[in-house]
Amino acid sequence: MNTEAKYIVVGGGLAGLMAAIRIAEAGGKVDVFSLVPVKRSHSVCAQGGINAVLDVKGQADTIWEHFDDTVYGGDFLAHQPPVKSMVEEAPHIINMYDRMGVMFSRTPEGILDQRYFGGVKKRRTAFAGATTGQQLMYALDEQTRPHEVSGAVTKYEGWQFLGLVRDGNGRARGIAALDLKTGEVRTFRGDAVLLATGGFGMVYGRSTTSTICNGGAASAIYQQGALLANMEFIQIHPTAMPGEDKNRLMSESARGEGGRIWVPRKPGDTRDPRQIPEAERFYFLEERYPAYGNLVPRDIAAREISKVCVEEGLGIGGENVVYLDLTHMDADYLTRRLGGILEIYQKFAGADPRQVPMKIFPSVHYSMGGIWVDYNQMTSIPGCFAAGECDYQYHGANRLGANSLLSATYSGSVAGRTMREWVAGQSDRAADAAASFFESEQRRHEQINATLLAETGEETPTDLHRELGEWMTRHASVVRLNKGLDELIGHLDEMLERFRTRLGLTDKGRWLNQQLAYARDVGNMLQTARAVARAARNRDESRGSHYKPEFPERNDEKYLFTTKIAYDAAKDEPVLDYSEAIDVQHIAPRKRDYSVNKKA
Amino acid sequence: MSQNTVVFRIKRQENPAARPHWEEFAVPYREKLNVIVCLNEIRRHPVTRDGRKTTPVAWECACLEEVCGSCAMIINGKARPACSALIDELKQPITLEPMAKFPVVRDLVVDRSRMFDALKKVRAWVQLDGTWHLGPAPRWNERERFRAYDFSRCMTCGVCLEVCPQINARSSFVGAAAIGQVRLFNSHPLGGLQATERLDALMDKGGIAECGNAQNCVEACPKDISLVDAIGEVNRQMARHTLKKILAG
Repeated sequence: MNTEAKYIVVGGGLAGLMAAIRIAEAGGKVDVFSLVPVKRSHSVCAQGGINAVLDVKGQADTIWEHFDDTVYGGDFLAHQPPVKSMVEEAPHIINMYDRMGVMFSRTPEGILDQRYFGGVKKRRTAFAGATTGQQLMYALDEQTRPHEVSGAVTKYEGWQFLGLVRDGNGRARGIAALDLKTGEVRTFRGDAVLLATGGFGMVYGRSTTSTICNGGAASAIYQQGALLANMEFIQIHPTAMPGEDKNRLMSESARGEGGRIWVPRKPGDTRDPRQIPEAERFYFLEERYPAYGNLVPRDIAAREISKVCVEEGLGIGGENVVYLDLTHMDADYLTRRLGGILEIYQKFAGADPRQVPMKIFPSVHYSMGGIWVDYNQMTSIPGCFAAGECDYQYHGANRLGANSLLSATYSGSVAGRTMREWVAGQSDRAADAAASFFESEQRRHEQINATLLAETGEETPTDLHRELGEWMTRHASVVRLNKGLDELIGHLDEMLERFRTRLGLTDKGRWLNQQLAYARDVGNMLQTARAVARAARNRDESRGSHYKPEFPERNDEKYLFTTKIAYDAAKDEPVLDYSEAIDVQHIAPRKRDYSVNKKA
Repeated sequence: MSQNTVVFRIKRQENPAARPHWEEFAVPYREKLNVIVCLNEIRRHPVTRDGRKTTPVAWECACLEEVCGSCAMIINGKARPACSALIDELKQPITLEPMAKFPVVRDLVVDRSRMFDALKKVRAWVQLDGTWHLGPAPRWNERERFRAYDFSRCMTCGVCLEVCPQINARSSFVGAAAIGQVRLFNSHPLGGLQATERLDALMDKGGIAECGNAQNCVEACPKDISLVDAIGEVNRQMARHTLKKILAG
């Protein structure tokens, strides 16, 4: 018990590094595990900004309004106390990043500028051009480095999390991880373990997320007994460039700065968009939602774009794309405010959005659901915590734009405190736990790897992943039908069977065997997908991003509850539970309607 | 030109000790492919152009939109990110090689840890008292902020080191990326408080004096970061800093 406590953080994005820095600056020792050098984590892809009430625009913005916007935007599915704490902390978080040297855009007076974002009527989003996530990520990466130099933080970059090591009482005592380079499985002792491993966009094949966002770590602890929650709530971002390999995000800030979405009124119109007169353009969001216009929340914008293309046949040239138009704005202004995304569009589409309207379509983007945590970010496994996109806590049924950089940072900072408090309350250390717990977890994973490497079937991880993405996108994205979800559930069971019995790996070596790591990811993604599909099938209502035309209304009486999902190992299937009522102690649920101004 | 396939010549190397060799692959052509999509196709079906089964090619990628810096490699002789290397703009056969200035791990994967070590050496961070509630940073001129922002977009991809004649197995030159970060932090109202410590670090072996002014870095940077301006500015800061040290005896 004299041994020093040791902390483990899995994932080196904003949430993970924020927790690691908080622990290190309080004198703790942290091992950080990441698939990639932490500077390359998916947080770099966030673009538009981070929300906090600084009230610098003379609009009398209040923290209460940020709170209400977030709860209302999330269609009342988020527990309110943690959301309230997050928005209260937000201005301090911005100040912290400002002091870290984040290149936030500034006003002529030299203070931080703020812009509009979706579902909000105040300029509340601080930003660094259109690469805000990258800038915040770099700030935390930089701030971690001196702790690395001092020896407080040790990085394990190029490691894949495999599973938790638990003792006989089920308490987390460490982790098992795979050194991707050598192929070696090792275990590490930790008095508290944090998963900050991001979302699972890759389950949908093509999304706006990085290739590393497969949700594998969350799936692994779910299969070890951790609860998941609200997995049916997947954010579809309205504006992405459809691509072969990924759908590249075109930030909501493009609309925050004045970008407009439209299609030609005439179906199949093939004219150059610049030749189409104003009267022949259908600005459908502005017409249908006069109060919020192009800045309706993402779930609504995504549904409308999808409807205009698929149901109304008004997509550009008959295809599933609409215009996101910035061409009416000053080119220099656009470069300063949105340079990062304009460059991406130009490089990948070969057209300059300052001159030609962009062609965009909705894409899977963010996971509101994830690992169930309590208000201290602790999962249902004692000693194991979760923070960032991989937890389910802050966004309810739909996340407001620019709240994710906030929740990632905030939840990471909470975990950095609560992990230390939890460890302080324990009577023994991970160093005291029996070696057998570690050995058996290590053997389990060595066995899985050996089995996978020996597979000689005809199914490749790549093909299974593609098929999974197609099925999930068809049945569990913008519009959900129970018949389709039933088919999906059956098909996923069949795919899991194929994964287990007919997989074949072509790379049999140990040294940097990316196919082996990928195969493990695909297995985990299949289990994640099954949880999503079952949760979506069971929730017979429409709320936020979860839309069922057969049940078009929100049903608070039946579904103002968290979907809690446990993995039944004996039956190998998800088990759902709705016993956890949403904590609505601050704001009584009311109907969401963005065609009129929100009343607080 | 109509075509059915995209032909690749890829430099393979099983591990750091193995001898490199070349393999050719043909991938079905579609419009709007990039190098990463083709590598994925090769992973799916790792068979060479002459029908021989082989192992999938190893490479690194994450964001696929040029913000993470993972996928830099040499494509048709030029170091660049693979995600934005569009097949329709490349001459065939397309050659892929790992960057040569870093140790090869396997195939197209290299070890760029020297770049992160350089960031430690030059102290590329603002020294904070802590992350707790200490208020905002000082106000700052937006024009200067916008110039500094240029340098904060550096994604540590390694292209500037790859093209630098001063970087080789025997040199310890930190390279343009790290000097760009010194420029960045020295200009920040709070970061500037530690400017002399960063300049001292750049006076050591491997510091700014080893820049040979070839200016390849600025030509090659995929994010068009003004690296030569950064080196010039840091050189001027260095001259003033040295003079002050001499005068202070």
